[in-house]
Amino acid sequence: MNRYITAYYLDEENLLKGLGQLKAKGLKIRDVLTPFPVHGVDKVLNMRRSRLTRVAFLAGAVGALLGFGFQAWIFTIDYPLNIGGKPFFSVPSFMPVTFELTVLFSAFAMVIAFFMSNQLGPGAKALIHDERATDDRFLVVVEVDDSRAEENIREIELALAEAGAEGITIKA
Amino acid sequence: MENQKFIQTKKLSTLIYGMIGVGILSLAVSFLIGIGGERIAANLLLNTYYFLALGLIGLFLVAVHTIAESGWHTSIQRIGEAMSAFIPVAGILMLLLFVFGGLHLLYEWTHEDHLDEILLKKVAYLNAPFFYVRFAAYFTVWIVLAYFIRKYSLLLDQSGDLKYYRKFRIFSAVFVVVLAITSSTSAWDWLMSIDAHWFSTLYGWYVFSSMLASGTAVLIILLIALKRMGYMGHVNKEHIHDLGKYLFGFSIFWAYLWFSQYMLIWYANIPEETVYFYERHKHFSTIFYVNLILNFATPFFALMTRNSKRGALILLPVSVIVFVGHWIDLYQLIMPGVVGGEQSGIGIPEVGITIGYTGLFLFFVFRSLSKAPLIPKNHPFYKESLEYHTQY
Repeated sequence: MNRYITAYYLDEENLLKGLGQLKAKGLKIRDVLTPFPVHGVDKVLNMRRSRLTRVAFLAGAVGALLGFGFQAWIFTIDYPLNIGGKPFFSVPSFMPVTFELTVLFSAFAMVIAFFMSNQLGPGAKALIHDERATDDRFLVVVEVDDSRAEENIREIELALAEAGAEGITIKA
Repeated sequence: MENQKFIQTKKLSTLIYGMIGVGILSLAVSFLIGIGGERIAANLLLNTYYFLALGLIGLFLVAVHTIAESGWHTSIQRIGEAMSAFIPVAGILMLLLFVFGGLHLLYEWTHEDHLDEILLKKVAYLNAPFFYVRFAAYFTVWIVLAYFIRKYSLLLDQSGDLKYYRKFRIFSAVFVVVLAITSSTSAWDWLMSIDAHWFSTLYGWYVFSSMLASGTAVLIILLIALKRMGYMGHVNKEHIHDLGKYLFGFSIFWAYLWFSQYMLIWYANIPEETVYFYERHKHFSTIFYVNLILNFATPFFALMTRNSKRGALILLPVSVIVFVGHWIDLYQLIMPGVVGGEQSGIGIPEVGITIGYTGLFLFFVFRSLSKAPLIPKNHPFYKESLEYHTQY
């Protein structure tokens, strides 16, 4: 059972400064919750690039191939129709549907992947560290190393206090 | 950082004069080796129009960002202004081309003794006097607006008086509206009327989107060239990222319009319309597909990732490809109608005259850049454009 220690800042400049210090001390920062997007958090935390972009590209490619291939099969093998004298395998007529399926697959895959990677799918339990996170508090959530919990908790609390955070609480 | 003015080096001047020399030589050689008048006239029209459009788009980008109160664009504003310095030059060259035989060689609706039923129906618009009146109107309006936009931009920089900023914005707004209309009508006059038996209502915007993409590409090339010469140090990755996004988006927009025009004509299959693509598919099919590869497939796949747009490594080659690609796009708009499949090709006139025009364009661009400080220090958004950061 993972335990967290949360602490808050009152403004984003101190948040960024504090995050730098916490990162330097090697703390495992689980999450940073801010009421509005703060420039530079992902840089300070050295976060890796989102893999969502690769999902989007691959899903779009799959959508394009499926869309084009399915139309090609339908109109040449399965159910060829003479539509206004156009050839059975007519690339220009296949393009609109191909484009739409590219966008559709890409968008759906991104949304599903996003919710899956955030563990926010159906049935997810709300993980509310502090209700004021969407109001006027900038939260830092630090993971506790359960193998040496007591010592670790004291270390983390000390580090957070030094880094200027307030309202340090332990959550189960 | 002190405010730099561009200083033309001897090396650059030699390069530019060399290019212009190649152009004049190629023109002369083309005449001497017997290249047909139609093909030479078509090349002159192609290049004059292409670089005129670059000038118009340069000014358009300045105008549009000004009326949108864009903060970041201020730091690269001078490049767009410099591109617009070519507009009057293009006017003179185009007038000379039309007056000294070009009109007759290029446009079949000027062959008064051969007007058939369809051309006769269009004679109220497609006749030489009205053509020249419109020609004069386009260039008057473009040159006057370009002059005032540049004038107020410089006055604002010299004095810091905000009343010049207001005038700068008003003339920018007028120019955007004027260009929206005249870019279409001038494309009909100078390009679409080459195939006077045909028409397309998408044509004006198709040409505009082509020029928008290549104009952005040229702006990027000029910016990177200036940076490599040691100027524009204040321009950072964020600015370049934005220009890369524009190139990506405008190329996709162009492809969308290309496909819209093509698919509708293909699907309806009306002979009056399909005759246009018939000639292009029969005799220009390589160019037809190369056009799509250079102008859509390349920017679409090469500029997809975020980092590709943030530096010159990928952005510069792609910009050059788009610059060449839209020249080829314009080639297949003009050549099939004027010259036809058998006598056209990519040879001395095409390559040499284009080099000449590129040199001439660069001459006026660098001349304009050296006339004013590269950073508009007294522009209200000057500071904002220097501190341009984005979230992601």
